[in-house]
Amino acid sequence: MLGARILLESLKCSGVEVIFGYPGGQVLPIFDQLYDFDIKFILTRHEQGAAHAADGYSRATGKVGVCLATSGPGATNLVTGIANAYMDSIPMVAITGQVGTHLIGNDAFQEADVTGITRPITKHNFLVKDVKDLARVISEAFYIASSGRPGPVLIDIPVDVQRAETEFIWPEKVNLRSYKPTYSGHPGQIKKAAKLISVAKKPVIYAGGGIITSDAYVELKVLAEKIQAPVTTTFMGLGGFCGTHKLFLGMLGMHGTAYANHAIMEADLIIAVGARFDDRVTGRLDNFAPGAKVIHIDIDPSSISKNVRVDIPIVGDAKNILKELTGQIKRLPDTISWLKTIEGWKKKYPLTYKHNGSMIKPQYILEQLWKLTKGDAIICTEVGQSQMWACQWYKYLTPRTWISSGGLGTMGFGFPAAIGAKLGCPEKEVFNIAGDGSIQMNIQELATCVANKINVKVLIFNNGFLGMVRQWQELFYKKRYSYTPITSPDFVKLAQSYGALGLRVTKKSEVAKALKKAMQANNTVFVDFRIEPEENVWPMVPAGQAINKMIEGLA
Amino acid sequence: MRHTISVLVENKFGVLARIAGLFSARGYNIASLAVSETQDPTISYMTIVVEAQDEKILEQINKQLNKLIDVITVTDFTKKDHVDRELILLKIGYTIKDKQRLEDLFKKYVGKIIQVKGDTAIVEAVGDQAQIKQLLEVLSEFGIKELVRTGRLAITN
Repeated sequence: MLGARILLESLKCSGVEVIFGYPGGQVLPIFDQLYDFDIKFILTRHEQGAAHAADGYSRATGKVGVCLATSGPGATNLVTGIANAYMDSIPMVAITGQVGTHLIGNDAFQEADVTGITRPITKHNFLVKDVKDLARVISEAFYIASSGRPGPVLIDIPVDVQRAETEFIWPEKVNLRSYKPTYSGHPGQIKKAAKLISVAKKPVIYAGGGIITSDAYVELKVLAEKIQAPVTTTFMGLGGFCGTHKLFLGMLGMHGTAYANHAIMEADLIIAVGARFDDRVTGRLDNFAPGAKVIHIDIDPSSISKNVRVDIPIVGDAKNILKELTGQIKRLPDTISWLKTIEGWKKKYPLTYKHNGSMIKPQYILEQLWKLTKGDAIICTEVGQSQMWACQWYKYLTPRTWISSGGLGTMGFGFPAAIGAKLGCPEKEVFNIAGDGSIQMNIQELATCVANKINVKVLIFNNGFLGMVRQWQELFYKKRYSYTPITSPDFVKLAQSYGALGLRVTKKSEVAKALKKAMQANNTVFVDFRIEPEENVWPMVPAGQAINKMIEGLA
Repeated sequence: MRHTISVLVENKFGVLARIAGLFSARGYNIASLAVSETQDPTISYMTIVVEAQDEKILEQINKQLNKLIDVITVTDFTKKDHVDRELILLKIGYTIKDKQRLEDLFKKYVGKIIQVKGDTAIVEAVGDQAQIKQLLEVLSEFGIKELVRTGRLAITN
């Protein structure tokens, strides 16, 4: 069998239903096989779009996303998408063509050292030099991408390997002596953690993306309700705990809720699950949760004690460990007065914003979207202010309804990710919350949507600024708006020219109507909301400050 | 403080780049690095001497190395009984009068004169950290013209 065919058969054996990609000279044998192969292929308009779409597909479904590009520029265009998936631990397999093995290292046309370039942004990568290794490498790639702490894996396949022939043998099992992720937590550590929980007075559960990855939504809820502890999630953890639950504090950190941040700072016990204490969460490290003991459950040992000193580390899978842990807690902590204190904070420091006549406030759009969808939708976002408002003002009820670029903060992610999400979950309504800056970074994917009838609804929060940078310039650079005012095309006409539906909304009173119209349309829709130009995201913890030192713009 | 760690890795294309890349990406300093195949040709053995200000950094280095798919085991020798050695080769200034002095020196330290050419001698020596340090101090009196070292090798005992 031809190498190119072995690749496709192996993808099929790995359960792949859809590939996002773009053809080119060094993947011609693969595309020739794709021509009549029974696997869905989505031609994006840029390789970056393919990588983000594969990522979005993975986040929406939990399956491994797959993207395919040619050598050189095709592969380098995937790089941002791969780095994005790496930072957020998203399982993805990226396949790139490479120049023929005899030309590697020769500065051949469209040659780039892609395994070299992607080494620090992949969980692992492979250069396949012999067609006999191809099937095994693909099975290993899928195993590595989806096990332990997931991440992207890249397979670089020279064109002569795609053309070479060998017998196709799909390996039934993957066995890597050097890679054995730990799934079950240490029983002694779990016992110790249970004891610590029993005597806590002010516990807080701090849950991250690990809850989503390990499918631990139910286990987290059971634990929180059993011990009556409030739950805050990270950005990546949104949807991992029901957004309308009375124990939910919302997101913590730089743009988290004031009550989540106060709760962390006052806590005597933090139960961290599948979260990594990154700088957007902790603020000033030496001042973070000063009175708290820390239990840290994570599948990646290198996340533990990296930033914050941990009292009880438990390495393993969140789902397993939470289940064990909940079972081990014999005596329940008394948190009645703690929950009362938190209720007080919720009343004293609610998330809030001010209306301004008929001007559209971004928060208002999200409130209306929530009213219309009641959480039964997938919300993707770009990066910046619109993204932070989407964290704060929409309630995520279940895992995989929130899809956004966390660690890398990639503008241009949301739109292609929404395409991937919609393909993975065609029955769901998929929105992309965008700014006028971000949407222009991968706007070419409008053609992908229309050509494939992928109906996503893009809500552009158009304020004429690169808003988040403008906000920092306002607060920390004396309002010197250096290159943050930005012009845009007429988004309505632009959408129309691609064959999509374009709507413009300039008044608050039209918001709900426009959202309904967008939802009813059997088409991709761009809604151009002209919002308050200099609205800020509040609350905000300035970088490097303790997380209870919040700036409240409304005061 | 300097720490010696050993890393057993899959003897595959690009492994050294993965290890070196990890150190540079995370800002860890390598003082020396020695790599070679083991008795099992599919496995390579690296001895790495790292600069780490505190335990936390050393712990992270250990964990990050373990995270690499091609890394089989990582051993930190800081708290382990071990034997370490380094081989050095030097070109030093030499006259016939130095012969006896060098021979006496190599009764105390493991080493020898390999070759003499004109006013230069090539000498080799093997020893642990302290021995090599002392020897280099003495040899500097002869005038060191060139020095190459293997970097530290270590093995548990």
